[in-house]
Amino acid sequence: MIVRVMGEGQWRLDDGLAGRLAELDAETERAVERGDQEGLRAALDALAEVVRSGEKLPSDHLGRSDEIVPPTDLTLEEARQIIDDGDLIPDLP
Amino acid sequence: MAGLMSRTSAIAQAKFSKLLDRSEDPGETLDYSYEQQLTQLQNVKRGIADVTTAKKRLELEESATQQQLTKLDDQARQALQAGREDLAREALSRKASLQAQVDGLHQQEQQLGDQEQKLIAGEQTLQTKIEAFRSQKEVIKAQYSAAEAQVKIGEAATGIGEHMADVGLAIQRAQDKTQDMQARAAAVDELTTSGALVDFTSQGDDLDRQLSQVSQASQVDDELAKMKAALGQGSQAPSLGAGQ
Repeated sequence: MIVRVMGEGQWRLDDGLAGRLAELDAETERAVERGDQEGLRAALDALAEVVRSGEKLPSDHLGRSDEIVPPTDLTLEEARQIIDDGDLIPDLP
Repeated sequence: MAGLMSRTSAIAQAKFSKLLDRSEDPGETLDYSYEQQLTQLQNVKRGIADVTTAKKRLELEESATQQQLTKLDDQARQALQAGREDLAREALSRKASLQAQVDGLHQQEQQLGDQEQKLIAGEQTLQTKIEAFRSQKEVIKAQYSAAEAQVKIGEAATGIGEHMADVGLAIQRAQDKTQDMQARAAAVDELTTSGALVDFTSQGDDLDRQLSQVSQASQVDDELAKMKAALGQGSQAPSLGAGQ
């Protein structure tokens, strides 16, 4: 599978890592629910780290990603924007 | 229950499916997509230039505030020399308030610097992808049937679209940060020009006046001492002569 870390690029990952990503992803939601900025940062950092362990795709790769990790320095406020209405992600042209 | 990764992916996919609906005539869609990409690249370049300009302006403002800190330090020293510990204390308190603001700004400035680096890298990647798209579109036009071309275009265009959305968000966040910093810098500027730092609103002008009085007084003392010294030598001889 191909995963993007926003602001960083795309990586090709072994499909076997999907479970680990899902676990860490669930942690991002729990951190937002707790209002825990540090916990959110830690969960996003951990997610990005798993992704970065894969094979980095070159800049001229044109394919889309199967999963997208938001920027790791996301604030709680921005995270809530994603959860509430998705408004944080800009429209495509 | 869905985490931020799956939500972000779902949002992006919903936006991409809208993009795919446009693919009806492959040749036209390819050229249209390419034109759109070039326009977006220009927008990205402008966005980055705006962020860079704002960052430079903030750096200039920070160095002006740095001078203000030095001035308060000098004033505190002069007040102390004049035996006015109360004034020295106030000048140093002001300096501490200002320093806290400057430190906050400085931290934001570093975050903005990181964002700026990522933006520049994102812009370069976008440029590379658009170039790859340009050469691939000619291959698609020449070698594929309409149905196959649809699939290829869909994949390439959504891949670039995803990256544009990524860079677009990065620009938006950097711009939000510069606006936030500009507001903070303006507040610091207001404090230093009016001389009314947080804790001294009521007596700010008075403190400035007293500090400058101390500073003037010490200048007067210095000059007086010099004059006395000069006159002392000049008047000593005649007075000795006159006395004896």
